[in-house]
Amino acid sequence: MNNKLRFDFDVSDDNKSVTVIREFAAPLARVWEAWTHPRILDQWWAPKPWKAETKELNFAVGGRWLYAMKGPDGTEHWSQAIYSAIDAPRSYSYDDAFCDADGNITDELPGSHWDVSFSESDRVTTVRILISHRTAEDLENIMKMGFREGSSMGLGNLDDVLMAGA
Amino acid sequence: MRRDPFQAIADPTRRAILVLLASQAMTPNALAEQFDMSRQAVSKHLKILAECDLLQTNALGREVHYSLRPAKMRELDLWLEQFRKLWADRFDNLDNLLSTKP
Repeated sequence: MNNKLRFDFDVSDDNKSVTVIREFAAPLARVWEAWTHPRILDQWWAPKPWKAETKELNFAVGGRWLYAMKGPDGTEHWSQAIYSAIDAPRSYSYDDAFCDADGNITDELPGSHWDVSFSESDRVTTVRILISHRTAEDLENIMKMGFREGSSMGLGNLDDVLMAGA
Repeated sequence: MRRDPFQAIADPTRRAILVLLASQAMTPNALAEQFDMSRQAVSKHLKILAECDLLQTNALGREVHYSLRPAKMRELDLWLEQFRKLWADRFDNLDNLLSTKP
């Protein structure tokens, strides 16, 4: 595709948040729609060979997006996002947490706060995502989970051994 | 040739090599002994890890020893790379979707 589209990925100095910035060659209205409509969201949210499946999406403050990432081997990871602020079509925020298929939050795993904003210039839409965690350790653990969702490869206890050897 | 660091850990043998080198520097022969494969096969993996900028060589005694480059092996970097790739894949999907709809 277009190699000139910006894609920035940075971790904050305190290691608690990640900022992702990406440009899309499409009008803002269409990009906004792709991020906020369940039927469209499910078509791109999961990296192959995983699939995203939305059980419920109530795009309103206090409403929730209950969705699963489903792997080719039948594994399912459920998450729930509760919208805390919406300023259509410029931005929205939500608090995300891992849960079961019914939306019961899993306490052992950390949640995160997401701020997503959209701007358009010269027919290019820029999306900015700020994912914030309570602690640096939470961010690290979330990334490991995300990795497992996005890939069928398991790094197992590599990190534990690396830490032991450090 | 510079490689995507993701390739370093895309292979179970390379992951195991990284684990071994995390605790001590080792010669290519000592590494090969840890695996059920030829010295040549292990060397291929070491070459890829070197191209990913993860290894440094030291002359300890008469033989070359491999160890991890400490700056590159910051644990967070490894996981960040995977996370970044997840987002990259996701956005590629969205690019395709945005370009195919009328």
